[in-house]
Amino acid sequence: MILSEEIKKSLLAAVWFMFLTFPIMVIRVNTVQNIVEWRWKNMLLVGIAGFFGSFLGRSFFRQKEKGEKKADPNTISVAALVQKITGNQRLSRLALAVIAGFVISFPFAFSLYQINIMISALIYVMLGLGLNIVVGLAGLLDLGYVAFYAVGAYAYALLNHHFGIGFWTALPIGAVIGAFFGILLGYPVLRLRGDYLAIVTMGFGEIIRLILENWNAFSRGPSGIAHIPRPALFGWEMSLEMSTKYIYFLMIGMVLFTIFVVNRLQHSRIGRAWIALREDEIACQAMGIDKAKTKLTAFALGATWAGMGGVIFAAKTTFINPASFTIWESVIILCIVVLGGMGSIVGVVSGALVLILLPEYLRAFSEYRMLVFGVILVVMMIFRPGGIIPDVRRTYQFRKEEH
Amino acid sequence: MSWDYFIELFLGGLTRGSIYALIALGYTMVYGIIELINFAHGEIYMIGAFTALIIASVLSLFGMHQLVVLVLAVVLAVVYACAYGFTVEKIAYKPLRKAPRLSVLISAIGMSLFLQNYVLLAQTSDFLPFPKLIPDFEFWEPYSHIISSQELTIIATTVVVMILLTFLIKFTTIGKAMRATAQDKIMAALVGIDVNHIISITFIVGSATAAIGGVLIASHIGQINFFIGFIAGIKAFVAAVLGGIGSIPGAVLGSLVLGWTESFFTGYISSDYEDVFAFLFLVFILIFRPAGILGRSQTQKV
Repeated sequence: MILSEEIKKSLLAAVWFMFLTFPIMVIRVNTVQNIVEWRWKNMLLVGIAGFFGSFLGRSFFRQKEKGEKKADPNTISVAALVQKITGNQRLSRLALAVIAGFVISFPFAFSLYQINIMISALIYVMLGLGLNIVVGLAGLLDLGYVAFYAVGAYAYALLNHHFGIGFWTALPIGAVIGAFFGILLGYPVLRLRGDYLAIVTMGFGEIIRLILENWNAFSRGPSGIAHIPRPALFGWEMSLEMSTKYIYFLMIGMVLFTIFVVNRLQHSRIGRAWIALREDEIACQAMGIDKAKTKLTAFALGATWAGMGGVIFAAKTTFINPASFTIWESVIILCIVVLGGMGSIVGVVSGALVLILLPEYLRAFSEYRMLVFGVILVVMMIFRPGGIIPDVRRTYQFRKEEH
Repeated sequence: MSWDYFIELFLGGLTRGSIYALIALGYTMVYGIIELINFAHGEIYMIGAFTALIIASVLSLFGMHQLVVLVLAVVLAVVYACAYGFTVEKIAYKPLRKAPRLSVLISAIGMSLFLQNYVLLAQTSDFLPFPKLIPDFEFWEPYSHIISSQELTIIATTVVVMILLTFLIKFTTIGKAMRATAQDKIMAALVGIDVNHIISITFIVGSATAAIGGVLIASHIGQINFFIGFIAGIKAFVAAVLGGIGSIPGAVLGSLVLGWTESFFTGYISSDYEDVFAFLFLVFILIFRPAGILGRSQTQKV
């Protein structure tokens, strides 16, 4: 009985989607030759997809509602597995050894192309972990994160161009400039909440990009800056292959450093203040936490990683222009944090690897990448707002000291 | 000379402001009711313009009269935009009604990303020439050097839409239910208002005005692509915030102020940084007067 009812509803949804997508999916007008192309096949596809999408969507939704009543048995799967591994010392050692072995042997086992892809994925891991501080821990939705990335990249490119400053000097400078811009953005938006904050940060990101695009004398406009030197190793000349491997290990080091710092931060006084701020701003202030200081440190520390990521990005590609720093870059990084699990380090790392590596290896579908990202954001928010590997709330216990 | 130039910029700003107002209304109405910034609203406007373009091109090829093409294109654009607005709300926002605001916002961004890429993939990434749907009126010929028929149509349509909307909200049962829902959803439900129904209607009305704005501006500028919704959406949002988000007269006032300042800024200072200026403007409003010109500052209840 219920099934036939469901099928009827799904059929209705299919018809509705066929109607909805009719002008855009079916008709395509060639305005030059004045020919109308009717693509009826698309309508059929939409109908089928609409039927199954609606059927599955509603059954998931029912499950979710049931699950909520039964105290959520859904969280087994990946999260539990991760917890089991990290909980058990022998298992976690084994897992770490396997990961370490893979990481070390990777550049020797795969081609230069694969290493390059891996490096960009690792840069995104770093960016994701940085944004995780702002969005995941402090709960401030920052849509202009890419601005700090751009600031870092341009800082290195311009400093190198004008003053001949090398990569290793530029890396900390990039971090400091990133943090400075983080505070610059953070200060005016201190009073803003959720949605306003999202729009203002988004505007900030666009301002930086538009300035880089229009201020030719400063940034050479849309044509960008080329011939940025790769990172040096004690003045040793390296071949392209060596240098790529070098950047790979550098990136691994940076990611480990980021994970270490973020992990320490998370459980520090300031990290707990961020989480308190995310949960309830007013209650947090009532507990005596300085809201302004907490928010500013979140922005500054988040931006620091983006600044360093930008320096590495510029050194890796040796060419930058404003087109690499659009708003969609920010959305991709946000997508990484959301898919992985806001606030969870393992989640963000795996989110970045999945979202950046999968489209690279599924080249045939790469044009659907952004479309799929959009769907991921919506679906994750509805069915699994915690991400694939949700953050596990750490519990603090009092231990009675024996005196 | 300079006086004429001033008048030109003034009228240009008025036209711009009218378009922003048509889009800003959707933001402000939705915000007034569910306190959500509907990121996908700019996309609804873009889809309205695209639908009008497609319908108009097809009908023109069949050799229909220009007036019939105009009416059908506008009507269908509005119908489709409403359908999209309704569906977006049902899929991306309704299941999240009790979720934290951050979740709804991320879902809205996802929807916006999806719709943009959907149009990009199903149609094209190029700029498409938009047919000149609005004819040049003969009776307006003598004055057309001051303001073109198209600009006149845009301003007149905006005025008519505003009047209709004010009437809808102030004097009809639906409008009353909308105002009640905006004030207090639980209380509204207790007195027998179907809150979900009212939210759907709000999305539909907002989408309709956005689609009208989309058709008007596309036929004024003459070309569209899948990305027009983003900048237009942001600017309309700036306008809505400027006027005081949640307030309908505020949205109109804010749009006009933004239209004029932009027009004078690009006319007298520089056109390179037009968009930068709009964003800076937003930042300054939010710092100095976060409630907007007509908005009341809210005290947060604990």
